[in-house]
Amino acid sequence: MRKCALSAMNDIFAAIASSKTVYLPVDGADGNAAFTKWEDGLVWSHALNTVRSPKDFFFPQTEDLMAFKTEGKTIEVIDIRKESEDFVIFGVRACDVKSFDVLDRVFLSEPVDSFYASRREHGVIVSLACSRPSETCFCGTFGIDATAPAGDVTAWKTEDTVYFEANTAKGAALLKDIEALTEEASDDAVKAQQEKTKTILAKLPLANLTTEAFGGGKTKEFFNHPAWEELSQACLGCGTCTFVCPTCQCYDIKEFNTGNGVVRYRCWDSCMYSEFTKMAHGNNRLTQKERFRQRFMHKLVYYPENNDGLFSCVGCGRCLSKCPISMNIVKVMKTIGGNNG
Amino acid sequence: MQKVTASQLIDRAAALLSDGSVSAVLGWKQGEFDYDITPAVFADEQALRDAFVWNDFCGANFSKYLLKATKKVDGKVLVFLKPCDTYSFNQLLTEHRFDRDKVYAIGIPCEGMADIDKVKAQSGDGIVSIACGETIQVTTLYNDAPVSVELADVLEERCANCKSKKHVAYDELLGDEGDVLDSARFDEVAQLEAMTPDERFAFWQEHLSRCIRCNACRDVCPACTCEKCVFDNPASGVENKAPANEFEEKMFHIIRAFHVAGRCTDCGECSRVCPQNIPLHLLNRKFIKDMNDNYGEYQAGAEVGSRAPLVDFTLDDPEAADVLDRRG
Amino acid sequence: MQVNGEFKPLIVAFCCNWCSYAGADLAGNNRLNYPAEVKIIRVPCSCRVNPTFILRAFQRGADGVILCGCHPGDCHYTSGNYYTRRRMAMLFSMLDYLGIERERTRVEWVSAAEGAKFAATMNDFVAQVTALGENKRLEDLRCKK
Repeated sequence: MRKCALSAMNDIFAAIASSKTVYLPVDGADGNAAFTKWEDGLVWSHALNTVRSPKDFFFPQTEDLMAFKTEGKTIEVIDIRKESEDFVIFGVRACDVKSFDVLDRVFLSEPVDSFYASRREHGVIVSLACSRPSETCFCGTFGIDATAPAGDVTAWKTEDTVYFEANTAKGAALLKDIEALTEEASDDAVKAQQEKTKTILAKLPLANLTTEAFGGGKTKEFFNHPAWEELSQACLGCGTCTFVCPTCQCYDIKEFNTGNGVVRYRCWDSCMYSEFTKMAHGNNRLTQKERFRQRFMHKLVYYPENNDGLFSCVGCGRCLSKCPISMNIVKVMKTIGGNNG
Repeated sequence: MQKVTASQLIDRAAALLSDGSVSAVLGWKQGEFDYDITPAVFADEQALRDAFVWNDFCGANFSKYLLKATKKVDGKVLVFLKPCDTYSFNQLLTEHRFDRDKVYAIGIPCEGMADIDKVKAQSGDGIVSIACGETIQVTTLYNDAPVSVELADVLEERCANCKSKKHVAYDELLGDEGDVLDSARFDEVAQLEAMTPDERFAFWQEHLSRCIRCNACRDVCPACTCEKCVFDNPASGVENKAPANEFEEKMFHIIRAFHVAGRCTDCGECSRVCPQNIPLHLLNRKFIKDMNDNYGEYQAGAEVGSRAPLVDFTLDDPEAADVLDRRG
Repeated sequence: MQVNGEFKPLIVAFCCNWCSYAGADLAGNNRLNYPAEVKIIRVPCSCRVNPTFILRAFQRGADGVILCGCHPGDCHYTSGNYYTRRRMAMLFSMLDYLGIERERTRVEWVSAAEGAKFAATMNDFVAQVTALGENKRLEDLRCKK
């Protein structure tokens, strides 16, 4: 394990930024932290997490895929893909690190999404252990240890020191790059922090929430549950939950007529929208109840069914704090799962 | 602290339910953490007693929910309206968006609603419980004793600049009739107007670039009640699901604000729900201020049936250039 | 756009069918010069112009947008231009509020008899936008060649 003084982090960011682009959570004028490209003097936020999840780095909200140009009767297909640059994301929390597993299973299974794969290859994740979880946190429900996040490098931040431990070859290479700025350290302080955090985690309001009732093969049990009506009745049909969610991965592919050609791009889509998966016959989910049900059934039943029991929720709590009407996956799990956590 | 209590509201609603005057109640439902309250339809007294709440975190404006509820429910729907909600209620009636005869509206006084982010700024994160009384008592995982927070210090922006404590529509009023207030709600707009164009551009660029186009501002807006929004309609030519670039960010926000100009009652729901804390009210208020300054004072929703400035004119309105010059 | 190293603005002029378009026609008949950078879009009434049209013109590469209609009181449909006047005043004020140069937009009333005014207005507006340079604050890079 390596360590450096918290006050020396600017030097560390500078050292890494000489060869790779560095992103880290920075407090914005609006009071929220957001992943921001590092520049000299930017301060690493103490916020628990960002509103936008780091999925943006691998699966951006909009992305141009290709372009077309017609001239007379010929059509030219233009590859507008940009070469990915090497980058490092600092301060990814345990929940969000886990979300990359969820996304990987979608984008890296055959046929591999080469845009996503290229970014994954070029990105190095430096995770950050939690020490002050919020009441909205429930990563433990999905078996995630907030005190020991995965990622290429795991970091622990104490009052004045940052500790690093590499988990992968990529991570080891990163630590090698900053070797001169860090020193060897014992893991005593980290262990102490972990112990302390674990006692807090056990006291969280959602600490006893479980996924027992859910998983693959439960479609019939829950699909026609009478509670969907009530749960969804206040839903506005906006896309907040899906867009702040680190694991939501649905997208739409659209074309934009630029006036002198066509750009084919993809953008995030939301199952809460009336145009989601719209086909020639219209939309197959006619009411908000059906759209709402789709989102939670996908996270709690369909996804685990297709992915060896892995749930498509990591308990980051973003939808809990951001839903305009405060309806969220926890309320759904407790209501239809009969789970009073 | 709110002047009427939840139990007063529950008792009144239960009485109206039991004598058959109303068949459903639109109200605020208890959440997980005392502050995450969900709008809900309550069908019977038991449901009300179990989960109905009224406290400093009941920000949701129910006016728009009446569109759906009045169609779904047989009989009348009881709705509780804060003063600012009644303006939206009237505006929707002006636009014939729901059947007034199917609604029983109870006006309830409001002392302003708390912004949970501002509460957390004082109490810290990790909220275990919140008790709303004379002050807001916040118990957290990280403080040994509950932190006492004054409602006045943590008001939502729209409540800190409350335009009116007067109910402009109701069938029954609990508590006293309030007054229209002299609010400072246009001050921030005036500050922006006083900046240079470059500063204004930088200000909006910073805010609008955070937009994730979740459409929460639109979907919560009581003035946005189109069956099909232009931004959802592929035939409109401007449909998009994500802001592909800075242009589309601006386009969406200009058009959203323009479409409600003259109809926006400044209820502030858009800014309240924005996950990215974009000050959307500053766009709406700009239009309101400009219309007030150039076409005479107008408050959307103050009465039913009034004609909004943008669907009206006079022969001697100022020219576009004069409107800009007048401000310098 | 740049032509031979010189900035030539693209101007979109929405002209109402009954007055301003006829005014443009008269300018042509009288052999009055106005810059070729002005692209006229004929609309039935200035009131037909929806705020999205203005924004879309900027998106598609316009450096300035001018809206011309009948003089107040002369609208072929009696009152269309009165609504236009309010609508555009509010829209242009909002664009200014967002920091977009106010000189890029204009409303001008041009009657069918005012060929000279049409040409003079266009000459003046093109000069004004040329001085400002390229539209950067309301552009969509995808639409640039």
